Amino acid sequence: MAIYAYLVAGYLILIGCFGIIRSRHLVHAVVCLSIAQAGTYVLLIAIGYQAGGASAPVFGSTTKPNKHVVDPVVQAMALTDIVVSATVTALLLALAIQINKRQGTVDPDELAALKG
Amino acid sequence: MPVLVAACVIVACLIAVTGSVLPRWAIDSLAIATVSGVTLGAVVLLVRTGSDRSYVWLGGWTPHRGVSVGIAFVADPMSAALGVLIAGLTTCALLFSWHYLDAVGGHFHALMLFFVAGMEGFVFSADLFDMVVFFELMGAAAYALTGFHVEDETAVEGGLNFGLVNSLGAYLSLTGVALLYARVGQLGLPQLGESLGHQRPDALVVTSFVLVMTGFMVKGAFVPFHFWLADAHAVAPAPVCVLFSGVMVELGLYGVARIFWTVYAGTIPEDDIRRAFVIIGAVTAVVGAVMCLGQRHFKRLLAFSTIAHMGLFTMGFAVLTADGLGGTAVYVLGHAGVKSALFLIAGVLLARYRTIDELELYGVAREQRLTAGLFFVAALALAGLPPFGTALGKSIAEEAMASAGYHWGPVLFVVVSAMTGGAVLRFGARAFLGLGDRPDPEHSEETTTGEEEPDERLSGAVPFAMRAAVVVLLVGGLAAGVVPGIGKAAAHAAERLMDGTGYAGQVLSGRSPAPLLPEPAAVWTGAGVWLSLLSTVLAVLVAAAGLWSRRLRWLDAGEPVMRRLHRVHTGHIGDYVAWMFAGMAVMVVLVGLPLV
Amino acid sequence: MTRPARLIIFLLGGGVVAVAFVLATLDLPHFGSDHHPYRDLSVPAAVQHGTANVVSAVNFDQRAIDTFGEESILIASVVGAAALLRPSREETERRVPDLGRTLESTRLIGYVLLPITLVLGMDVVAHGGTTPGGGFQGGVILATGLHLLYVVGSYPALDRLRPVVPFEIADGAGAASFAVVGLIGLGSTGAFLGNFLPFGQFGQILSTGTVQVLSGVVGVEVVGGMVVLLSSFFEQEIAVRPEDR
Repeated sequence: MAIYAYLVAGYLILIGCFGIIRSRHLVHAVVCLSIAQAGTYVLLIAIGYQAGGASAPVFGSTTKPNKHVVDPVVQAMALTDIVVSATVTALLLALAIQINKRQGTVDPDELAALKG
Repeated sequence: MPVLVAACVIVACLIAVTGSVLPRWAIDSLAIATVSGVTLGAVVLLVRTGSDRSYVWLGGWTPHRGVSVGIAFVADPMSAALGVLIAGLTTCALLFSWHYLDAVGGHFHALMLFFVAGMEGFVFSADLFDMVVFFELMGAAAYALTGFHVEDETAVEGGLNFGLVNSLGAYLSLTGVALLYARVGQLGLPQLGESLGHQRPDALVVTSFVLVMTGFMVKGAFVPFHFWLADAHAVAPAPVCVLFSGVMVELGLYGVARIFWTVYAGTIPEDDIRRAFVIIGAVTAVVGAVMCLGQRHFKRLLAFSTIAHMGLFTMGFAVLTADGLGGTAVYVLGHAGVKSALFLIAGVLLARYRTIDELELYGVAREQRLTAGLFFVAALALAGLPPFGTALGKSIAEEAMASAGYHWGPVLFVVVSAMTGGAVLRFGARAFLGLGDRPDPEHSEETTTGEEEPDERLSGAVPFAMRAAVVVLLVGGLAAGVVPGIGKAAAHAAERLMDGTGYAGQVLSGRSPAPLLPEPAAVWTGAGVWLSLLSTVLAVLVAAAGLWSRRLRWLDAGEPVMRRLHRVHTGHIGDYVAWMFAGMAVMVVLVGLPLV
Repeated sequence: MTRPARLIIFLLGGGVVAVAFVLATLDLPHFGSDHHPYRDLSVPAAVQHGTANVVSAVNFDQRAIDTFGEESILIASVVGAAALLRPSREETERRVPDLGRTLESTRLIGYVLLPITLVLGMDVVAHGGTTPGGGFQGGVILATGLHLLYVVGSYPALDRLRPVVPFEIADGAGAASFAVVGLIGLGSTGAFLGNFLPFGQFGQILSTGTVQVLSGVVGVEVVGGMVVLLSSFFEQEIAVRPEDR
């Protein structure tokens, strides 16, 4: 199917969000957020794909500079996103650790400090 | 322009590395000097931009024949003014945290500087992907700043709710950017606008619009993406709340407006957008105002009032005229000054009395004469007391709504500002004057109590630096309404922002901008003044009703609705994400269905 | 909200969004099409600036401000995580006893792999402009390679051989240097983050101008940042304990 790759990306995003909703553990929720983010990478790379034997956008002795390469811009975007996602995940996990310390639990159903 | 961002980052790195060895006054001075410098730089930029646009192509990638591979930073009057607001508010916030805030070496100041860098970059960036990157920078610093008091269990929970929801919003925006990129092959705002041109709005355009806007709507706390804001504002340190309510949330609306006008204005019909955002704005305003009345935690009360005001700002934008957007701009300026002052006073109360629970502070703060005075001035200004900037902005926006055919608009504005102002006044009357019925503690156990870890510990008089920061902010809020020509400048700035094709033409090909239409003078009108006075009076009545509610039996009729609404706000992260998707579905239906 | 209610709201909302997404993908250029206008502009620009790795050219030359924002996010998150994981008022850091044994074979493999990993990391950083790789990738390899010391030994061993302060300095210096290079570019070419170093022969390490410099700077920053980040987590988990009165 021509759109199979895109559908995989969309599925990853939705299943990640589904995981957050059904989550019983904050670390699990944060990891599901990363999965949703991974869906974005798949979408980006899929958009950049060029069929017909296009090579990677790196030139050297075997590949002379030419335009028949996959899209380098989406790869750069995906790289930026990966770094951002990793660091934000670290921040969220740090917060989860402190929540566990203060409230003794990481189950979202039991966290009761902020309501109303 | 990029120097403003770079300077913040360099100094932030410096403070982060040397923070544990430098004395406190050095860190404070370095941070305040940097932000003041950025403020000055932003002012110079604003003056030099005038009513034109300044732009620079980073890395030297100036466009050849209208195409470029680089990223541009563009300053038009609206973004330059926001740049000044960002830096100015931060200067006041850092002034407030002089010496007393428990700053953990240099971490607090470094994070604040990164926060400013992110906001300044966001405001000037003219590339969709770059905007999302700076949006995430804003976010990362903000999540850490929210959870800064790790000893406070509400702070870390608020930080996680904030972080998870906003990050998810950013990732969804990225999905929208990817979809748009696939169709058009560009990422810069002017290029996107030109390439998207007048194409038929098909499923791709609509879906990418909804997805891209989701991130900004989350940041701007539009209902039903708003749940995180109350949690985050309730627990963040007061100077950080100044930045959140004063400008960070408004940047969400700025993102929506900028991207709509430069990229999508040619394809998606205006009527669709107008209807969608007027509805969302109205719902946001009402939900915010109603929730605001039911709070006992003062910072959470202020947070819901911010949500309500964001609803009003959105309605001003949603009429899609220069008057409406200009009115919103003035309103934002006035609101920033006033709301920030209120947050700082909350910080003072928390530090002095270890709580900001309305029921516990009953009559306790009677001795704080000066603070009480400042508080009541700010509360009345929030309700719309002329000649504050809030009142001017409100009346311009009300006029714009009425002339666009939404005659219920002014009514909603008056009612919502009265409700939020009244809630704040009620709190002040209880805390500073000891008025009202003695509160019944078991009555409201469903809402968050005002227990919180203070940012600093005060035992004597309020320090000068803190009082100075509050006064400066209030004066700023007043200036927004009093400085001559501000209404006209705002209308011109709005017109520039709305000129998407001109933006593209100027930044890509150097075409000079279109001359501005002679605007009808957006100044104080008789009707505007009367309406503002009306909302102030109504606010006092609302406050009185809240104080002596036990004697007013008919108020009990609203109890079940209030209770239902309170119960929706659970603090549970899964709920927030579910509501996010519900909100996206509503947007898809509102924008997409009429086009089918 | 109850769990079922939450699920229903998500299924309804998510369902509409999913339908919209599928309809949108039907309008996308089909998978593998050659409609890539940005690539057509970007590849010649990269070659013109002597950079063989076009992805690095996009990251460090054409869209360098994106990378600047991204590495600012990195250091902001590291500072934020360090602030969030600090010992709170009623906790202290204690000395960790040197317990635990590891298998001899584990230690052997670790000691053999450590220099290989470090060299590989440095190579990836150094050749960022010409072969796949760059500052970020190489920096992560280096940072995690260092933690082989933890795998083969114990936490105190890692702690002794990995002083945190130099890595903090590396993190901050790397991030600031990116901005400084940008400002130098502003001074010499009139544009922030302009490529002001000479371009050499295509395909050589020193041919790419500032791309190489920025890649190296980012590599330094990522190493520092990742080590500090991991050490914050380690300290919090292993060393921080409530104060004994």
